[in-house]
Amino acid sequence: MPENPVMELHSVTKRFLGKTAVQDVSLKLFPGEVLCVLGPNGAGKSTLIKILSGVYKPTTGNVLVGGQPVTLNSPQEARALGISTVHQEVGTIPLMSVARNFFLGAEPTMRLGPFRLLDLKAADRIAVEELRKMGIQRVTDGRQTVGTLSGGERQALAIARAVYFGAKVLILDEPTSDLGVHEARVVLKLIKEVRGRDVAVILITHNAHQALSVGDRFAVLTHGILAAEFRRGEKTPEEVISLMAGGRAFEELEAAVEAEPARASDQNGDGQ
Amino acid sequence: MAPPPGPAPQRASRLVRLIRRPEFGSLVGCIVVYIFFAVVAGGHDFVSVQATAGWLNITAELGIIAVPLSLLMIAGEIDLSFGAVIGAAQVIVALGTGFYNAPIWAMIVLALAFGVLVGVVNGLVTVKTGLPSFIVTLGTWFVVAGLGLGLSLQLTGTSTLTLTSVPASAHDLFAWTVNGFHISILWWATITALASVVLLRTRFGNWTLATGGDLFAARAAGVPTGRVKVTLFIVTATAAALVGIIQTLEYNTGNATSGTEYVFYAIIAVIVGGVLLTGGYGSPLGVAIGAITYGFVSVGVYYTGWNTNYAQAFLGALLLLAVLANNYFRKLALAVR
Repeated sequence: MPENPVMELHSVTKRFLGKTAVQDVSLKLFPGEVLCVLGPNGAGKSTLIKILSGVYKPTTGNVLVGGQPVTLNSPQEARALGISTVHQEVGTIPLMSVARNFFLGAEPTMRLGPFRLLDLKAADRIAVEELRKMGIQRVTDGRQTVGTLSGGERQALAIARAVYFGAKVLILDEPTSDLGVHEARVVLKLIKEVRGRDVAVILITHNAHQALSVGDRFAVLTHGILAAEFRRGEKTPEEVISLMAGGRAFEELEAAVEAEPARASDQNGDGQ
Repeated sequence: MAPPPGPAPQRASRLVRLIRRPEFGSLVGCIVVYIFFAVVAGGHDFVSVQATAGWLNITAELGIIAVPLSLLMIAGEIDLSFGAVIGAAQVIVALGTGFYNAPIWAMIVLALAFGVLVGVVNGLVTVKTGLPSFIVTLGTWFVVAGLGLGLSLQLTGTSTLTLTSVPASAHDLFAWTVNGFHISILWWATITALASVVLLRTRFGNWTLATGGDLFAARAAGVPTGRVKVTLFIVTATAAALVGIIQTLEYNTGNATSGTEYVFYAIIAVIVGGVLLTGGYGSPLGVAIGAITYGFVSVGVYYTGWNTNYAQAFLGALLLLAVLANNYFRKLALAVR
């Protein structure tokens, strides 16, 4: 990789009361690249995200941003360094307009005598423009309330906001898990758009097919350990699913699938 | 569910925009109530200048407290203690000037400072403990009411204190009257205009809407939600002190028990005015209109010649209708297009 990583985990371990959630994990995030972190429930994915986004501090090991070791004491500190996290539901306020949500906490103002008033026209225009750049055409009026948007459009709003305010690393925590098929496609297109803007994207998902459709690099986490790391095209979907199933041999999984057809759709994640 | 992909919908029409405004329901209710009394009590001059001054004066004093309260409720909190602050402000001004012969301006400043103090206590206790403001301010209501009445009785032997002389400057600012129209109408209009600008056109207003809309999302976006709430508790209690000062100078008396009924009427005006009980939605203009509706009812029932107790029944029914209508309008505002 010619470029330097924008963010790095260097043999990070996190223990809670003696129980190891993440053990000796090293990851590198590069600008313009989508890293997918895959793994079953309880594999340590959410602990890993919380370390990246500043919620937890690692027990041992280092977090590096731009090559420098940093201590992230809060999500706010992480955001100040350009590390933004978009969660499934949190982030937008349904009863407020698209523009007001987009600029919440960083509202543009203009002077009017001694007063500073919101520049709502600019906020409306920029919010609609930024959404359009993300491929959301349906929102034409920044005054529209967010409650009238679909789930995918709300994700787009949260992602567009993070990117507009200078996110260099975008952490997406299961962004499609609550969405329908069409809406999930909107979000996947969005991830490609963000990658095109030289943002490092880290996508946490348990849906191997979605991951394979947007990911450049993949990391499989099982029992808190990095079980496999590979690049796009190096593994088939079947191999990936097999890895996610906890490293069981694919044949073994296939046998289980044969025996229990109902669980098959569950395992490959298409049941969403 | 996922909406079908298709061409971008047209911008909402002017009419749809009007209907979606938070003050729309309040305005419709207000007009209906006015027409009702204009027809039923028209023969008894509900539409006369005198009656108009009557309802405007009542509206104004209620609106001065209801409008700031609405901002607090939009931020997701409530204040019950402001009724007692109205009485306490009356006691401070009347006791200080009428009994101890202190300069009136000093007592006015002291009454306002007392409002600020109560707001700070309400705000800090609510924000720091995370307890519901309903309980916190219920407590401060009783503390302030008990202290006000107790002190006034202990020091003077009476709960009703009279002002002796009021300098023209103070009288003009708080009690000036022309053709029956009281200066509190100007205070109310100014406060409504200010509150509207603050809520809709300032960063603080955006933070207020966000704090009540989704506390966690607001915090995640870096909004200082605690500071927003404490500020609005202070504004509400200070507005209550202002109402107390106006009333003391208007009637030349102060009474610790005044203002209690305002707690209920102001909350009715806020809800009738279109503010969601859960916060995050509403407008000061709508609440000002809600206060007007209250003015119509309290003066209108008198002009019909009916027993004035019916005014309460009328207000209760209005409150219930408003809550149902608000619920409906919110669903409309959130309808996926």
